[in-house]
Amino acid sequence: MIDKFFASAEAALKDIPDGATVMIGGFGNAGMPAALIDGLIAQGARQLTIVNNNAGNADAGLAALIAAKRVRKILCSFPRQADSWHFDKAYRAGELELELVPQGTLAERIRAAGAGIGAFYTPTAFGTELAKGKETRRIGDRDYVLEYPIHADYALIKADRADRWGNLTYRKTARNFAPIMAAAAKCTVAQVRDTVELGTLDPEVVITPGIFVQRVVKIAPLLRKAA
Amino acid sequence: MKKLDRNQMAARVARDIPEGSYVNLGIGLPTLVADHLPKGREIILHSENGVLGVGPKPAPGEEDEDLINAGKEPVTLLAGGSYFHHADSFGMIRGRHLDFAVLGAFQVSVTGDLANWHTGGADAIPAVGGAMDLAMGAKQVLVMMEHLTKKGESKIVERCTYPLTGARCVNRIYTDLAVIDVKPDGLHVVDLVDGLSFEELQRLSGVPLKRLATAA
Repeated sequence: MIDKFFASAEAALKDIPDGATVMIGGFGNAGMPAALIDGLIAQGARQLTIVNNNAGNADAGLAALIAAKRVRKILCSFPRQADSWHFDKAYRAGELELELVPQGTLAERIRAAGAGIGAFYTPTAFGTELAKGKETRRIGDRDYVLEYPIHADYALIKADRADRWGNLTYRKTARNFAPIMAAAAKCTVAQVRDTVELGTLDPEVVITPGIFVQRVVKIAPLLRKAA
Repeated sequence: MKKLDRNQMAARVARDIPEGSYVNLGIGLPTLVADHLPKGREIILHSENGVLGVGPKPAPGEEDEDLINAGKEPVTLLAGGSYFHHADSFGMIRGRHLDFAVLGAFQVSVTGDLANWHTGGADAIPAVGGAMDLAMGAKQVLVMMEHLTKKGESKIVERCTYPLTGARCVNRIYTDLAVIDVKPDGLHVVDLVDGLSFEELQRLSGVPLKRLATAA
């Protein structure tokens, strides 16, 4: 019997080795797998390459992972924010490497990895600093930049509901990077609000089919303050 | 001369967006355009984090942390709205499906080069987000910015001195002084604020401007 449910974040993350490439879903707090990031911090893997849209906010989550000096390199589109102080400090101290990628190119490079694409030409960033040193090509009447896929060892994502086959549904804009990261990683760990019996999820609303998901951990959502 | 304030600039942009348009409003000043879209005109707002049909800000206490825009502010969804993942969202942008992107800018050149992501300062940490994708992908790129820097220098320039976001991508510039079209033969002034002469705008801008035939 297939059962992708894991009892805890600790159990789902324990084999992540030093030097792994880890994609982390989420855009702002929407879709951020907070419990899995906390689990990764507790787990202790070092020299990680992290793929996320940002580079951590305030003192929790990815920012805490950076503060704990576990990150060797970050691929992201928007590291600098009002509260990205842990990243800013580590970056200025030369403790981590930044690969800045336009957001759509980041998404497409992740998608390409999951879809088995070897590389692709995109018009984004042509003629800018972010295309320096890259192959370019004129196709028809437009100029394009050659970009390569981003593969990962692990993807840590947040979804709404899952069954034991790993089929996932999402909530609103929390979907963001999760479906493409799930496909791009060798091992995808999904933090979900709820787990359900096989057959409960309407197949028409499954966004990430279970083939892309290896591990599922149910994390009860934090209770909201009473209104 | 009466400079437009931020809301007047937003209203001026909003006036030009036709019924049925799919539009992405950049973070900052362009976001204000949403508040000025003419009532009764159906315009579908896209936010690159994965939503079409962005609605107004939720009432206090009604915020949903799973429903935000690209500026990470809580929003609502209009009836008919939809959600999708990031690769689809940027496919909409890059694939030329968006009618308009409204973006802020540090500088725009006479050929429509856009600089809006990085000052290029040695100690500045660069961050680009979706700016380059929007600049190259939208059918029409509208720039919204103050005409002059705080020091009084024109932000419309012969050649951008800041790092480019995209080359030859801007179609129209809305400033607090004028509306200017970027065309293959140069910059055409479409509109001037009350009390500003073409000659004065020309003097302030420091780059060659053309009068619209109808505005002469």
